[in-house]
Amino acid sequence: MNTAVPYALVGVGLFALGFYALIVHAHLLRKILALNVMGSGVFLLLVALARRSGVALPDVVPQAMVITGIVVAISATALALTLMLRLAAASGRAELPDGRED
Amino acid sequence: MAAPFIDLPWGIILILLPLAAAMAAFLWPSMAKAVGLVTAVAVVVAVVGLGWQLLDHGLYRHAIGGWGAPLGIELYADGLSLLMLMATALVGFAVSLYAAAYFKAEDAARFWPLWLVLLGALNALFLAADIFNLYVTLELVGLAAVALAALTGSATALGAAMRYLLANLLASLAYLLGVALLYHGFGSVDIAILATRIAPAPVAFAALGLITTALLLKTALFPLHFWLPPAHASAPAPVSALLSALVVKASFYILLRLWLELFAPLGAGAGIDALLGLLGAAAVLWGSVQALRQSRLKLLVAYSTVAQIGYLFLAFPLALASSVAVWSAVAYLALAHALAKAAMFLAAGNLLRFGGHDRIADLDRAVQRLPLTTAAFALAGVSIMGLPPSGGFVGKWLLLEAALTQGRWGLALVMILGGLLAAAYVFKVLGYAFTPAAVAHKSTAVPASMEWAALLLALAAILLGFMAPLLLPLLGIGEPFGANGAGP
Repeated sequence: MNTAVPYALVGVGLFALGFYALIVHAHLLRKILALNVMGSGVFLLLVALARRSGVALPDVVPQAMVITGIVVAISATALALTLMLRLAAASGRAELPDGRED
Repeated sequence: MAAPFIDLPWGIILILLPLAAAMAAFLWPSMAKAVGLVTAVAVVVAVVGLGWQLLDHGLYRHAIGGWGAPLGIELYADGLSLLMLMATALVGFAVSLYAAAYFKAEDAARFWPLWLVLLGALNALFLAADIFNLYVTLELVGLAAVALAALTGSATALGAAMRYLLANLLASLAYLLGVALLYHGFGSVDIAILATRIAPAPVAFAALGLITTALLLKTALFPLHFWLPPAHASAPAPVSALLSALVVKASFYILLRLWLELFAPLGAGAGIDALLGLLGAAAVLWGSVQALRQSRLKLLVAYSTVAQIGYLFLAFPLALASSVAVWSAVAYLALAHALAKAAMFLAAGNLLRFGGHDRIADLDRAVQRLPLTTAAFALAGVSIMGLPPSGGFVGKWLLLEAALTQGRWGLALVMILGGLLAAAYVFKVLGYAFTPAAVAHKSTAVPASMEWAALLLALAAILLGFMAPLLLPLLGIGEPFGANGAGP
């Protein structure tokens, strides 16, 4: 069995776990963390799959993608946290408004 | 003749100029409005330049910094990209004109940098040639759009923006996972290279599922539309126009592009095209009925977007038999909807500013007091309903023709029903615009440029109906719909 496969499976597992947490938790901080876990899952998968069987050096393209992905994830998380704080200040709760507005 | 003008690197200008302008608008807020307006005009010029180039040389391909595929980033444009860029430039120009009068001091300083980032990101998205670059631009578009949706800072808008952001990020990660699988399976992210290598393997189907679902969520196809109405309705009018007209189309463009190049053979075999058609039909009916039930104008227009997006997906099951005609119809419909929906949201913004509310039942003789705005709403409505001679008519007619010749009576019926329902909700608004309300309301003056911007877009949506002989050949540049060969 390829050594990369367990890492890739863990990556997919993290993605699924994060998705579950995103759905079930109401608090926005938990939702934002769940998205970060999902992101880590994708990054782990990318890095793991970069090592192909039979090639000595890992492929650098997925690693470049991970770096880009991390930059995107940081910006997204920063925006999400700011929005959460503003929402909590405006509505008193760090949760999504349930139901529709009038 | 004007050779030096043609040979400017328009693709690069379309991306770099708005981004540089965004930076300038952020650093010098007092000049933000001027910078934004100049950039909006320059982008129109650059799209014309790019169109000229495409007519002259055919396909546009540019390897950034001399690094081409497979390692570097390439820009790519064909007729489909050009059409989307034209929609962006036109809507962007009119919305900029509108926003210049709409936003005051502090809000203006926040709006212009974000809008210019969005403009640059949209242009980059329509010019991207590889699926990873599409991910980055899609994320940029999403983040700028969410920030714009939260601009008013009210609890409603913040809640809607937060929901929008979470849906967006979830979709982006699913898309990225699909990209990772495609790269692992076929060793490239360049769409053209992938198109030659893709094969019906399990990894390809997993990527197809992930990427399609992600883009459906971003495009707000029923039943994944839950985030759209609150986000689009609670944003300031110019932002609603941008979100409904352009941002939703960006993810649809990616889906269309990937479907055409990579997924069509896989998806048709697995019955995914039929599923997309079914969801599209459900979206047309559900969105229209919901629009009809709304008592607030902006929510009505937002649900109308949900319905009109459904039309774009009705094409998927029809495309197998007559692909060029059907996909041209879809591209035309997307352009017509972008213009008409932006006009509707701008008109709704005028009515909201004028009366201080957007309750449909209290429009109170808007037709006498804001004739230009009401005309803009009505003309945009003509295109949304798909009545001749509008752009919406051309797109819907081509789709209907394909459905009838293929004997797909169910789809044809949905298209006609959707048109009738659209007529119902447009006339509901217009009816109240003609009648006086029970209680008189105070009114605020609306700047002329805001009225004219809405009317300009609505007229463009109507004129589009006459432009088909001009635009359809333009759309065929590079054969994006695979007339006699592969696209990129």
